[in-house]
Amino acid sequence: MVGVGVSLSVEGARLSMGSLRLDMSFELEDGEVVALLGPNGAGKTTLLRAIAGLLALAGGRVVLDGRVLEEAGSRVYVPTEARSIGFVFQDYLLFPHMSVADNVAFGVRSRAVALEWLERLGLSRYADARPGTLSGGERQRVALARALAPGPRVLLLDEPLAALDVSTRAGVRRDLKAHLAAFRGVRLLVTHDPLEAVMLADRLIVMEEGSQVQSGTPVEVTERPRSRYVADLVGVNLVRGRASGGVVDVGGGASVAAAGADSGDVFAVVHPRAVSLHRARPEGSPRNVWEGHAIGIEMLGDRARVRIEGRVPMVAEVTPGALAELGLVEGSPVWVSFKATDVAVYPA
Amino acid sequence: MRRERAPLWIGVLAAIGAAFFILPLIGLVVRTPWGDALQSLTSADTLDALRLSLVASLSATAFALVLGVPLAWVYARVDFPGRSVVRALTTLPMVLPPVVGGIALLLAFGRRGLVGSMLASFGVSLPFTTAGVVMAETFVAMPFLVLTVEAGLRSMDRRYEDAARTLGAGRWTVFTRVTLPLIAPSVAAGAVLCWARALGEFGATITFAGNFPGVTQTMPLAVYLLLETNPQGSFVLSLILLLVSLVVLVGLRHRWLGSA
Amino acid sequence: MKKLVLAVFIVAACGTQPLGAGPTPVKVFAAASLTDAFKALGIDYGSRHPSTYPTFNFAGTPTLLTQLEQGAQADVFASADTANMDKLQSDGLSNGQPKVFAHNLLEIVVAPGNPKGIASLADLAKPGVIYISAGPTVPAGKYALQALAKAGVNPKPRSLETDVKSVISKIELGEADAGIVYATDVTAAGTKVQGVVIPDTDNVVATYPLVEVKGARNPYGAASFVGFVLSSEGQATLAKYGFQHA
Repeated sequence: MVGVGVSLSVEGARLSMGSLRLDMSFELEDGEVVALLGPNGAGKTTLLRAIAGLLALAGGRVVLDGRVLEEAGSRVYVPTEARSIGFVFQDYLLFPHMSVADNVAFGVRSRAVALEWLERLGLSRYADARPGTLSGGERQRVALARALAPGPRVLLLDEPLAALDVSTRAGVRRDLKAHLAAFRGVRLLVTHDPLEAVMLADRLIVMEEGSQVQSGTPVEVTERPRSRYVADLVGVNLVRGRASGGVVDVGGGASVAAAGADSGDVFAVVHPRAVSLHRARPEGSPRNVWEGHAIGIEMLGDRARVRIEGRVPMVAEVTPGALAELGLVEGSPVWVSFKATDVAVYPA
Repeated sequence: MRRERAPLWIGVLAAIGAAFFILPLIGLVVRTPWGDALQSLTSADTLDALRLSLVASLSATAFALVLGVPLAWVYARVDFPGRSVVRALTTLPMVLPPVVGGIALLLAFGRRGLVGSMLASFGVSLPFTTAGVVMAETFVAMPFLVLTVEAGLRSMDRRYEDAARTLGAGRWTVFTRVTLPLIAPSVAAGAVLCWARALGEFGATITFAGNFPGVTQTMPLAVYLLLETNPQGSFVLSLILLLVSLVVLVGLRHRWLGSA
Repeated sequence: MKKLVLAVFIVAACGTQPLGAGPTPVKVFAAASLTDAFKALGIDYGSRHPSTYPTFNFAGTPTLLTQLEQGAQADVFASADTANMDKLQSDGLSNGQPKVFAHNLLEIVVAPGNPKGIASLADLAKPGVIYISAGPTVPAGKYALQALAKAGVNPKPRSLETDVKSVISKIELGEADAGIVYATDVTAAGTKVQGVVIPDTDNVVATYPLVEVKGARNPYGAASFVGFVLSSEGQATLAKYGFQHA
C-alpha cells in the first residue's frame, strides 16, 4: 500500500544486468531530496533507468501517485515517454544537432517556454548556441532546464556533478541545490560522492551490489554506518558481531570489549583517533589491547593514518610526532589499545 | 601530425599499388581524343545515356534510402530469429557477380517470375524498362547503404534516444528528430556509396533490363557497346564516368578521414 | 572466360591430352554462334592431333575483334561476318587469306508452341509482341535489319542484346516473345525454343570466314585447325549443328 505522503514507491524492484542483481524497495515523498549513494557498479544508474522505464523490471513494481507505472509479470507498463519523469543524465546527453533552445523546447514543445527556462537558469545568451560550445556547468544547467521544462512529477539526476572539473564543482553544486529546492516534485539523485550526497540531500539511501544497505538522514548514516563502504567513507573502524556481557564477538575467536554491548547482532564503531599505538604492551586500564603489524601509513593533513593488521583490523590516527616517536614504518610490530567506552554499539 | 618515414619496402610496394590504379586512368586521359570529346559529349546518344544514368542512379538511391534505412534500423535494433541469415542474404549482391543478380531478378520479377507473373496480370512489366534499370541498380547498390547506416546505428550513443523518450517523445519522434539527425553522416556516406555503385552498374542492368538507347542503355552499357564500334567514343564516355566518380570519392574521403 | 575454361575441361576430360608430351594449345577466338559446333569440333580435332588441342574464346564477333585489336593473343579468328573479318585484315592482324567455312541462315526464334502465333517477319511488328534483337554492331543484328528491310517491316526492338545467345536466353526465360537469330542457334537450344522459318526471299545468308591470326604462337596448330574445320569431317560436324556447307 502507498503510505500517506508517499509519491513514488519502488517495491521489490528486481532485475539482472551482467553480474549485477538489483533488488530495491523504497519510498520517496515530495518534500525531500533523496540521494542514492554507493560505489561504482552498485546499480544506482540501473535503478534510475528502471524507474524511468528504460529498463524492464524482472520483478516488483513502480508506483507514482498511486498509479502503477510498471508491474513485472502483469501487462502494466507505462512507457517512458508517458511517465512524467525528468531525467538529467550523467554526461547530460544534450542533442548535439540542436541549439540550446531547441534542446530545452524538445520536451515542452514550445520555444517560448524554453526561453523562459533559459532565462530562469541564466542561460538566455546561449539560446542559439550549440551544446558543444558550452562549458560543463552550463551544459548541466541546460540539461536541468530541458528535464524540468515539460513539468515532470519526478526528477531523476544521475551523477549530476561527475562530469565537471573539481574547480567548478562547488559553484555548480550550490546552484543545483537552489534549483532542486525550487522544484516541487519528487527528487532523486545518484552519486558516488558522499560530500555531494550530504550537501544536496535530505535523506540518503546507501546501495551496495544492487541492494539497500542503509537509509536515513546524512547524520544518521554517518554516525551509525552499517556497511564497510559507509564506514570507509566516514573514516571509522566498523566491526559487526554478536554482543553479550559487554563484549562483541566478531568471529574467528576475536572479540572487542564495548561498553553497552549487551545482546544481539550489533555494529561496533571505533573512531581512529580513539585508537592508541604503543611499542610495547601498554600499562593501564584499556580493555582492548593486542599486538599487530602496521601494514599501511598515509598522511592526511596533520594526522597520520596507520592501518594495522591483527586480531581485528584497525585504523589508528596519530600525530606525525607520535609516529616518529614510535619509529613506525610499514611492517613494524605495534601494540593497539582503545577503551571499551570509546566503542559505539548499535543493533545491526 | 607525426612525421613518419615509410620503411623502404613498404614505400616501394605502396607506390606499385598506387601506380596500378593510376596508370590505367592516365592511359584513358592520354588516349582520349579531346578534339572529339566535346562533340561526343553533346551527341544525342551520349546525352541520352548520361541523362538515363543520372535519373536511374538517383532513383535507385532514393529507393535505397526509403527501404534501406528502415532495414538497417531493424538489423541494428531488432533481435529476431534468423537475423544473421536474412542480413547475409540481403548483403549478398555485394559479392555476387552482378549478372547473377540480374538473372535472379528475372526469375523473381520477369514476366514469368515469381512476382513478375502476378505483376504481368496487372499489365506491369519490368524488364526492358527504365523501371527495370532502377530496380537492377537498387538491387546491387542498396547493400552498401544498408551496411553503412547499420554501422552508424550501432556506433551511435543510444542514450540520446533514452533522453528523448524521457522528454515525452514517442518512437517515431525519437527516430525522426534524434536518431536520423545523429546518424546523418552515415546516411549521407551510405547514399553516396550507393549512388556511385548504381552509376557504375552494368551486369545486372543488361541482364535484367536489356539494352536500348534512351530507355535502358545507361553510361556503362553505352561505353561497353561503343568500344566495339567506336573505341574513341567509348574513351570519352569512360572519362566522363571517371570524372563524376572522382568528384564523389574525393567528397567522401573527407568524411571518412574525418570520422576515422 | 568461363566457356574457355569449360572447353579446356571438356578436352582434358576426353583424355586427348598426351601425358608428358607437353601439347601446345591452339587458341581460337570464335563468334558466339559457333559455340556448340566448335566445342564438338574441338573434341574431334583433339583426338586426331595429340600434339595440340584447341582452347576457345566465344563472344560476339565485334567483341573478339576489339580484343584482338587491343593485343589479345590468339591463333585463329572465326568471324560470323565478312565485315569484321575485313576490319581484321585492314588492321593487318591476319595471316593469309580468310577462308569461308560455313553459312548460316536466319530464323525467327519464339517460345515452344509459338504462343503469339508468329508466322512471318511482319508479325514481329504486331502489338503485344515483345521483339528483341542483337545490336546492330553484332553480325546477327545487322543481318536481322537487312532481312526486315527486305520484308519491308520495321518492328521496334525492346532491347539490343550484346550477342545472339542472350537473345535466345531472354526468349527461353519468357521475357521476350520473338527475336531474329541464326538457324544454328535455334537448333542448339533444342526444345527450349522453337524456330519459325524465314522465306529465302527475305532471308540473309551469313558468311563465316576464319583465318590464322598474325603473330600466332602456334602457327602449326592454327593451320591444322583451319584445315580440320574445312575438312569433310569438320564440315559434317558443322552441318549437324545446322550450318550450311561452305
